[in-house]
Amino acid sequence: MFRTALRNVLAHKARLLMTVLAVMLGVAFVSGTLVFTNTISEAYQNSSAKGFDQVDVAVQPKSQEDKGNTINKTPELTKAQLDTAAKVPGAADTIGVVSGFTAMADKDGKLIGGGFQSQGGNYWGDKDPRYPLKEGRAPHGDNQVAIDSETAKRAGYKVGDQVRLSVDGPVLTPTVTGIFTTDDGNVAAGGSLALYDTATAQKLFGKPGTYDEIDVKAASGTSQTALKAGLDKALGTKLVETTTGKQLADDQAEQISASMSGLKQGLLVFAGIALFVGTFIIANTFTMLVAQRTKELALLRAVGASRRQVTRSVLIEAFVVGTVAGLTGLVAGIGIGAGLRSLMGTLGATVPDGPLIITPGTVATALAVGVVITMLAAWLPGRRAAKIPPVAAMSSVHAKATTKSLVLRNTLGALFSAAGIATVLAATTMDGSDGQAPMGFGAVLLIIGVFILTPLLSRPLIAAAAPVLRIFGVSGKLARQNSVRNPRRTAATASALMIGLTLITGMTVMAGSLQKSIDKMASSAIRADYVVSMANGNALSPDVDKKLRATDGVTATSPLRNVYSRIDGQGESLTGVNGSAIAKLTDLKVDSGTFEVGGDQVVVDEDTAKSYGWKAGSAFTAHYEDGRSTRLTVAGVYEGNELIRGILLDSAVVTPHVSDPGDMQVLVKTADGANGATKDRLEKALGTNPAIKVQSKQDLSNDIAQMFTLMLNMLYGLLAMAVIVAVLGVINTLAMSVFERSQEIGMLRAIGLDRKSVKRMVRLESLVISLFGGVLGIGLGVFFGWAAGELLGTKMATYELVLPWTRMAVFLLLAATVGILAALWPARRAARLNMLTAIKSE
Amino acid sequence: MTTTPVADRSTATVAARATDLSKIYGQGETQVVALDRVSVDFRQAEFTAIMGPSGSGKSTLMHCVAGLDTFSSGSVRIGETELGSLKDRQLTKLRRDKIGFIFQAFNLLPTLTALENITLPMDIAGRKPDKQWLDTVIQMVGLRDRLGHRPAQLSGGQQQRVAVARALASRPDIIFGDEPTGNLDSRSGAEVLGFLRNSVRELGQTVVMVTHDPVAAAYADRVVFLADGRIVDEMYRPTADNVLDFMKQFDAKGRTS
Repeated sequence: MFRTALRNVLAHKARLLMTVLAVMLGVAFVSGTLVFTNTISEAYQNSSAKGFDQVDVAVQPKSQEDKGNTINKTPELTKAQLDTAAKVPGAADTIGVVSGFTAMADKDGKLIGGGFQSQGGNYWGDKDPRYPLKEGRAPHGDNQVAIDSETAKRAGYKVGDQVRLSVDGPVLTPTVTGIFTTDDGNVAAGGSLALYDTATAQKLFGKPGTYDEIDVKAASGTSQTALKAGLDKALGTKLVETTTGKQLADDQAEQISASMSGLKQGLLVFAGIALFVGTFIIANTFTMLVAQRTKELALLRAVGASRRQVTRSVLIEAFVVGTVAGLTGLVAGIGIGAGLRSLMGTLGATVPDGPLIITPGTVATALAVGVVITMLAAWLPGRRAAKIPPVAAMSSVHAKATTKSLVLRNTLGALFSAAGIATVLAATTMDGSDGQAPMGFGAVLLIIGVFILTPLLSRPLIAAAAPVLRIFGVSGKLARQNSVRNPRRTAATASALMIGLTLITGMTVMAGSLQKSIDKMASSAIRADYVVSMANGNALSPDVDKKLRATDGVTATSPLRNVYSRIDGQGESLTGVNGSAIAKLTDLKVDSGTFEVGGDQVVVDEDTAKSYGWKAGSAFTAHYEDGRSTRLTVAGVYEGNELIRGILLDSAVVTPHVSDPGDMQVLVKTADGANGATKDRLEKALGTNPAIKVQSKQDLSNDIAQMFTLMLNMLYGLLAMAVIVAVLGVINTLAMSVFERSQEIGMLRAIGLDRKSVKRMVRLESLVISLFGGVLGIGLGVFFGWAAGELLGTKMATYELVLPWTRMAVFLLLAATVGILAALWPARRAARLNMLTAIKSE
Repeated sequence: MTTTPVADRSTATVAARATDLSKIYGQGETQVVALDRVSVDFRQAEFTAIMGPSGSGKSTLMHCVAGLDTFSSGSVRIGETELGSLKDRQLTKLRRDKIGFIFQAFNLLPTLTALENITLPMDIAGRKPDKQWLDTVIQMVGLRDRLGHRPAQLSGGQQQRVAVARALASRPDIIFGDEPTGNLDSRSGAEVLGFLRNSVRELGQTVVMVTHDPVAAAYADRVVFLADGRIVDEMYRPTADNVLDFMKQFDAKGRTS
């Protein structure tokens, strides 16, 4: 039996290739994901472990809990503590670490990296063990800096060059005195690191005489734990906490693998989709292979093979296919893993170097997925094969059309679909996060339901295409009839495409709607021409507001100054604004009271008002970090949004209570409105600072659009996999149909259908099946997109459904292209069919 | 009944003619001669049966004359058209417009109704069927109440009658049948052959049929015998017994030689 099965595998090379490809793609995606995530995690872990090899114990300030209306600030590490730590027995070296934000500009004045990984710090003494110097020497004084070798290479900086740096306000132009190497994860991920001498760093980061961390290196013979115990004893545990270097490395490794797991799961979901789609194709292929071999199998039965032997022969065939596909898929997956890493590199995220990690788990998963999925998919056709009566060997009837009733199937499908729709609809009425799980569940139910129902749906939907097909004469008519001839097969083929397009459309509808609503939110509530902010989302120095206000053509500015306070024993963030200008800069809807900010008059958004039970006219007391407090009155309640929310009060009232004020944004209104010249003027006024972004409303919209486009493109890329698998499925189905109908096609050719029309017939059938899948997919996608939007809409006032008609047309076109492409080879085969062998009576 | 020179070419118009037709498969030692310089005429309004043992080349002859297969040398004409020089497109058009076919099986498209199957060649050509003629044909094969049925709902005999009606409906110059009754029981077979003979007698249709059944051959006006790729004899106004006798004699000769 095994030999028979093996022969069969080899006898149908083209079909085999297609099946193997379908399984292979799925396996490749799964193993690629595993290889990629393993490789990246390993690389990050290695680099973080290396990053901590200079630290045996780290001393960090312990954050203090706030109580009642008093704010307890986190203590800073002092020089005294550093000295104490250095004297602890077993401590070899101590380093006081100062760190903060430093944006670095390239030679064109543009920010290097994305802003979030732009770092600054201190270079300890003349030879900092953390940062081995590659070139030059340690920085000394205000005007010197050392930069990391990666950034130096990228921007082309050499020792002796001047670089433009910015911490939170003024632009600095120190000279590069040294270039060092580092294993810092942020630098590895594409950021930059600028180091000053310790005093300069402390001054720049606003921490005169204090440190963020004290790193202690143990003398040889002293263990990390012993050193930690010594430090705990010397420094006490009330104000500081100590952590061993090993613990730090472990924590970081854990954090990395946790952050990677999201990505990994996301990728695996797509791999799962590709596999799911692939399963249909495998099942389809084996069904066809069995149908094709009806006589052969019946002959085997007639000469004495048992049912079990027949089933087993099909399963052995599946096993061979699965193993081959699993192995090739694994190889392809390793390629994908390596490819993804370099792709991430080109997208700007630098990934640390390291070997490709192929764990035994990856290999086992790839093979298991390949073999198990293929065998599962082949199991049903295998059973069907066993049911072929030996008599079938004698009958001249080729493949009989399935006459089995679809009643059970339709009932089941209707039940699933109805339950799915009901669940999704019920979920849309729920509140935000509560609805997520039921909605996902309902979506899965509905997809399964529609999948089960596709054979039923195929008839009316394809009939709707009849008027168009009539243009193509006989070819069109035959194509339509052929496509509904075996509803199960058509359905299975179309569903492969449907699933991919459902996801693509759903995502597009959601992303489009979200983008529109965020856009509206950001722009409709603002009257300001420009929003100025820090590239990394940090706070701006109050100088920025002052400078902007003094710039020519600026008519009004207001900072959005974040101030931490406590109200009624709870932490609350206040936003200090320019009370006289804020009404001119924003366009917030006032629900009650008046929009008046100044002195003790404040405005609050609905949510905050609700949580404290305030109305216009209510009064409350805010306590500040300096221990003082003010009594404030709610003048009005407004509708908040993503940019402006919470308690707005005059910054003049709160600024005196804050030691280190910072502005999240500064809103700017100009006389000329937003235009290039004005923007240049504003940027110049801020010293062409690489760290500060000056954005018009249009820039904000573009930013949002860009973010969504990037996200969507990534999703499209991933879902392309499902579409490719679907193409293979269509090819498979058509090839099979052409084979099954070879006699018919031969007859048609004999009575006068020319090759062109035969080709056209196959192509149109393919087109009909693909468009059927496409229409179903897009329909479902729009429904899911709408439903998800309803759910989100409860959290977002400006949410509105945007149907991306052009995109949808493109998707339908894509489905049509899939159909045409998939038909190329089968149509050629059909047209080339030898009439005589096709019609020759046996 | 010894070898009579092929055809009486004087009287009737010739619907199809093969001259020195050869068909050779393979090359060198493995070469197989399927047709060896065959010359034969099929006259208009005549019902010809081609007979011969398995491997005699009778189907190959029909396929070559009907423009379904290519030949190695010689010439074939359908009416005034020489087939040897035609490209696939032109051959297809010729088959569509000038020739009708009835095969042993797989004559009908399962997705089309009986009527749609009958008019299929005209649908392919994009022509409207001649209503009156169609009526006559349908009347003749007795399928009036079955026109809306699909092949699966028809018996084997009914299916072949649909095939006959299809072959007749487009009024081809010549109809070729490849064992048209091979899959039928004797009663249904007799019906189908009766229709074919009637179409020749009453409608003036030209029919050429390949068969190995002496009873079927007896419906023809003329039987052409083939052996080893050559025409060995022919017989006019055959009866089943005559044909059977000839075949027996022929078989015996074949065995002794």
